[in-house]
Amino acid sequence: MQSLRPRPVESGLRTHETYQLNSDLLTVDHVTKVYSTGGVLGRTTFAAINNVSFSLQAARPEILAIIGESGSGKTTLARIILNMIAPTSGTITFRGTDLSRIHGRRGRLEFMSHVQPIFQNPFEAFNPLKRVDRYLFASARRFVGLRGRAAHEAAADRALKQVGLSLGEVKGRFPHELSGGQLQRTSIARALVSSPALIVADEPVSMVDASLRMSIVNLFKSLRDELKVSIIYITHDLATAYYISDRVMIMQKGKVVETGPARDVLSNPQHPYTALLRESVLSSDDADRR
Amino acid sequence: MEAALLVENLRAYYLMRYFGIVREVRAVDDISIEVQRNEIYGLAGESSSGKTTFIKTIAAAIRPPLKVASGRIKYGFLDRDIYDLSPEALSAIRWKHLSYITQGSMNVLNPIRRVRQSFLDFAFRHIIRSKREFFKIVDGHLARLHLAPSVLSAYPHELSGGMRQRVAIALATICRPEFIIADEPTTALDVVVQKSVLRMIREAQQEFGSSMIFVTHDLTVHANIADRLGIMYAGRIVEEAPTREIFHNPMHPYTAHLVASLPRIGDATLKKALSGAPPSLADPPGGCRFHPRCPLAMDICRQVHPALTTLAANHRVACYAASPLVKPGAELAPAPGGIRAANP
Amino acid sequence: MFKIIRDLLRYNREFAAGAVLTTFVLIVAAMSAFSPYPSNQTYVVPPDMTPSWQYLFGTTSRGQDTFWQVTFALRNSLLFGFSVALISRILSLLVGLVAGYHGGIVDRLLMSLNDTFLVIPLFPLLVMFYFVLRDRMNWGLLAMIMGCLGWPFDARLIRSVTLSLKTREFTTQSVFSGMSTRQILLEDHLPYVLPIVFATTMANINWSIGLEVTLSVLGFTDVNTPTIGTMLYWANQHSAMISGVWWWFVAPTAFVVMTFIGLFLLSVSMNEYIDPRSRLARMGA
Repeated sequence: MQSLRPRPVESGLRTHETYQLNSDLLTVDHVTKVYSTGGVLGRTTFAAINNVSFSLQAARPEILAIIGESGSGKTTLARIILNMIAPTSGTITFRGTDLSRIHGRRGRLEFMSHVQPIFQNPFEAFNPLKRVDRYLFASARRFVGLRGRAAHEAAADRALKQVGLSLGEVKGRFPHELSGGQLQRTSIARALVSSPALIVADEPVSMVDASLRMSIVNLFKSLRDELKVSIIYITHDLATAYYISDRVMIMQKGKVVETGPARDVLSNPQHPYTALLRESVLSSDDADRR
Repeated sequence: MEAALLVENLRAYYLMRYFGIVREVRAVDDISIEVQRNEIYGLAGESSSGKTTFIKTIAAAIRPPLKVASGRIKYGFLDRDIYDLSPEALSAIRWKHLSYITQGSMNVLNPIRRVRQSFLDFAFRHIIRSKREFFKIVDGHLARLHLAPSVLSAYPHELSGGMRQRVAIALATICRPEFIIADEPTTALDVVVQKSVLRMIREAQQEFGSSMIFVTHDLTVHANIADRLGIMYAGRIVEEAPTREIFHNPMHPYTAHLVASLPRIGDATLKKALSGAPPSLADPPGGCRFHPRCPLAMDICRQVHPALTTLAANHRVACYAASPLVKPGAELAPAPGGIRAANP
Repeated sequence: MFKIIRDLLRYNREFAAGAVLTTFVLIVAAMSAFSPYPSNQTYVVPPDMTPSWQYLFGTTSRGQDTFWQVTFALRNSLLFGFSVALISRILSLLVGLVAGYHGGIVDRLLMSLNDTFLVIPLFPLLVMFYFVLRDRMNWGLLAMIMGCLGWPFDARLIRSVTLSLKTREFTTQSVFSGMSTRQILLEDHLPYVLPIVFATTMANINWSIGLEVTLSVLGFTDVNTPTIGTMLYWANQHSAMISGVWWWFVAPTAFVVMTFIGLFLLSVSMNEYIDPRSRLARMGA
């Protein structure tokens, strides 16, 4: 069992007390999540996730694409990895710490500083009545321990520059004053404030306009290459997954049907469901065949 | 041959007054298109391009604060502008001559009644027979579209999303309308289902010979369904050509970027991104609305917007950089405060 | 702040009407400070005089100037209504926000408590308090009791809004930005909850004044303090309706009706203004 005693800390304001830096980044081990509905007399159960296992290495940051249609369980899996809901059985281990052993506000804060989400709808991800810089400053305060307006703004500006924006463009703005692309980038910047090791992105570009999409997709690539962040990229779009990810995991009805290097799996699918998905992808070449 | 739909210089604006703040949103700014008979015309555009306002306007389904500022909308099956119809006449053509397919099938099917009731609600007053004969026609129609007649007795929530959308398509085509407006009908569907629903729409259109405007932001869907494609940006059409032409020879920089940035399986080369963001329709940039983001912007682009000019066969572009034949467009007179309100 | 009020006055007729009525009522209540007669003394002026320039609303059968009595009565009733509203708002906000946000066992416990208080029959309980406490019953105590009984309905409303807000993605983003529960409730959720709080505050004030009037008319409160209700009580005791001293009960009734209508108009128009949907429309979203 993993001990939670403080370990020698890294320099800087944040302490890596509970997390070992040299074990697997993330290990999902036989995780199942079962929901039951119904009343006292007749309950039905269904497994949103059924016996899913995979792991991410710490040494080499990668983009893992989880591909599935609606009902495949990919969103539930994301929420389990983010420690928002607990699995019915199986364990999730992040850097050597079992997620079920994280208790208390301090423990949760520390976990969140390492693992951050990106949401699908950039307009819903911000409170429409509040300014967007507020989330950046809060992250700077809670995760990095910075105090004072100047320090918050410096940290926010640093994070925004990493995504191609600047504090000047975003400061004091409300969500409706920014485009979907800018909002999504601000979300990513906010996630980067705490220098996380893992980002879980749930369909991050599906609600972003086509002309803005590629810049965000390329941004994820640079997060992996330059900032060394691992990304779990959830999507239903095989073409984007081919373009961006190192590995893919195909899910159907809660089960993993195929997994492997992205180019291999998508060019030569072995499982019939993967083949079906691959075949259903629309492409601009179809214009010639009609 | 007369066009199925002729739109001339259509302008539709939102005029909003709220607590002393006046805002004019030019959602549809001088659009002219022509949809031929038996043709699927694809309309591509991002979320703020005004395409949704455009189809609402041509369906005469607008309400204040949205008003038609100027322009003409002439369907082939009508002898006058659609906004000149009385409310009764408008209601008589709806569904019989002009129908629509929406993005969410639950926006069309009554969730607390069985599917057969929706067919009665929509189509019975146009197909004037006895109820038994009516349902025989419906059964025949469903059979031609390869749908089991048992869907009629189901509730909408008992059907899958794809099945519901197929039912919505059957519903939209039952009266054999001359014109169908499809608004993102496959966007909410799963990838696997999307392909088969698209096929069904194509077959239905070919079988019944309706003309269609198909609106979606997804260019790959257009590749699969549209005969001709119009690209909308910030309330204007910037390029229009047969679908193959758009993909192989896009002349407008915006179209070129959209086509080039489509990810494809088998192609992992880095794709360039476009800077900036689509402009707000309440405060669009002067001149060509794309100029702040355009890599080819010239001085004239900032001053006067280019006119949509026919360059090659059936290929229209509004871009000075695409060809010297493209001239400045007419100066748009300030819109009067809404000369036509909507029909209630 | 002033810009908001100015905007509302200019564009919203209901707000303007409500503001006029409420300001008028408040001015009259404030005039109680200038009363030449102490509020609890009787027979200081000739009784049963009809309204005239000397006695604006006439005099009562107890020898008090009706106008000055009304100023005291309004002041006391309004103070009473505000304090009840304040106590019950705080309680309903606390319970509603916490129950809605935490869910689970906390929510179930709080809602059981809520529903218990909800079904308590208010009026018999207050009468019972009167009979038990009798002489020790004072206005402060009554306000406390009513405040503690007036929160359940609104707590449920606030809870339902909080429940829906919890599922929205910006709440998750706030959580992952490290914000504490208190910060999320107060900064993210409160603006959505405020319209309800506002509307229910006005309703609450009206309800508490109404209940106070009912209790006082029946004599279940300290009838020596002038309030709208006690004025009506004394008017009844002296059979004012029969003896034709109509100004004694018309004056307080008219003013309390004005108060109700003014507060109602204010709450309706302000509510529309601070509703997040209209705020967003004004911001141009």
